Amino acid sequence: MILVFSVFLLSLLVITALAVVRTENLFVAVMLLSIFSLLMAANFFVLDAADVALTEAAVGAGITTVIFLGALALTADQERYGRQASRVGLLVVSVLAVLIIYSTFDKPRLGDPDAPVHQHLAPWYLENTPVYMDFPNVVTAVLASFRGYDTLGEVFVVFAACIGVLFILGVAPGGKVLERDDQDSGLKHHLIPQVVGQLLIPFIVLFGLYVQFHGEYGPGGGFQAGALIATGVILYALLQGETAALKAIPRPVLMGLVIGGALLYGSVGVACMLMGGSFLEYSVLHSNPIKGQQYGIILIEAGVGMAVCGALLSIFHAFAARPIRL
Amino acid sequence: MSDLVLDALSWVLLSLGGGFILVGGIGALRLPDLYSRLHAASLTDTMASLLIIAGLMLQAGLSLVSLKLLAILAFLLLTGPTASYALANAALQSGLKPKAEKLAGNDAEGVE
Repeated sequence: MILVFSVFLLSLLVITALAVVRTENLFVAVMLLSIFSLLMAANFFVLDAADVALTEAAVGAGITTVIFLGALALTADQERYGRQASRVGLLVVSVLAVLIIYSTFDKPRLGDPDAPVHQHLAPWYLENTPVYMDFPNVVTAVLASFRGYDTLGEVFVVFAACIGVLFILGVAPGGKVLERDDQDSGLKHHLIPQVVGQLLIPFIVLFGLYVQFHGEYGPGGGFQAGALIATGVILYALLQGETAALKAIPRPVLMGLVIGGALLYGSVGVACMLMGGSFLEYSVLHSNPIKGQQYGIILIEAGVGMAVCGALLSIFHAFAARPIRL
Repeated sequence: MSDLVLDALSWVLLSLGGGFILVGGIGALRLPDLYSRLHAASLTDTMASLLIIAGLMLQAGLSLVSLKLLAILAFLLLTGPTASYALANAALQSGLKPKAEKLAGNDAEGVE
């Protein structure tokens, strides 16, 4: 049964991907990409990767779509034809596709217990998460503690990406610009989205906080929570206008979140060193090593959440604040 | 006995919900313009989510799962119609006229 469902989802994914390539209307492409992400999230969920599914749904289907739409508002919404596709390109792609498909024959089958991935480190993680951390979600344990260096790198990537986008979009464009009248921004005059949106925002943010602090016990953690909270604030910005959202959470606060999140993560590592452990070895944070691990993970997850939320909102505001060029 | 009745009832609800989705899907493909398609899709979608979640709640019985399903239902009942409204409103504001208006304007000739 689950196999039938997986095949159904995967074929829908292929159809959506082909539709994205074929459509010439970029707006349609953005919507199809959002559908693609949602299907992908369902796929991850079928494969029992609830944490990844949550991230894909929040970031891929939610925020990326909004940011794409923000970018589309600044450009045209029809694809412009470039050079016609060459035969060489087709040949290269077909050869590569055949090679990749051929190489998948060597892969172990889905769910094969003898696959290397299930033999090497995974059993150790599964066995030792209750010993070292004493909480059920192994994904959070691996992400935040066992492979804390990787996640630190990811947070720095988020930080760098945010700074990069702000550098590119912060430059004022030349030429005539259309002054944006703030009265028109947002959906102030549309009663139904207004009322329903206002009703939902607190629950979205609350759910984000739940995902943030429940990451040790259920699917979730800083990345998902940051994206969810950012979604709530973006909804507020869409309803009330960008100025109101910036008044609620001003730019310096957003930058503070991005910088503070990355800094918090790094300084937890340094604090571990100062207390006699190695970098990001949380066990030394408390006299009880298990407590120490839990404190460390809560702190760095908070750092991740802050950095992701701040970065996504800064990028959104960078797109929204950019004047439309005439 | 009562288990069997509950099970049967829940499957009736689930199948009805599936039927509504099917009808909505056919409507969204077959009807002539955006507004009538949206009408088909959104109304059946709301009804179907109501029926399917009711069916699932009967399957789950009195448990935390039912409460979560209820929360999902409340969320869907709020967001679904709002999204449909926003879509129709955006279409109207960007200048898409409903087809019915064209039909009324020049009688039967407007049929494409």
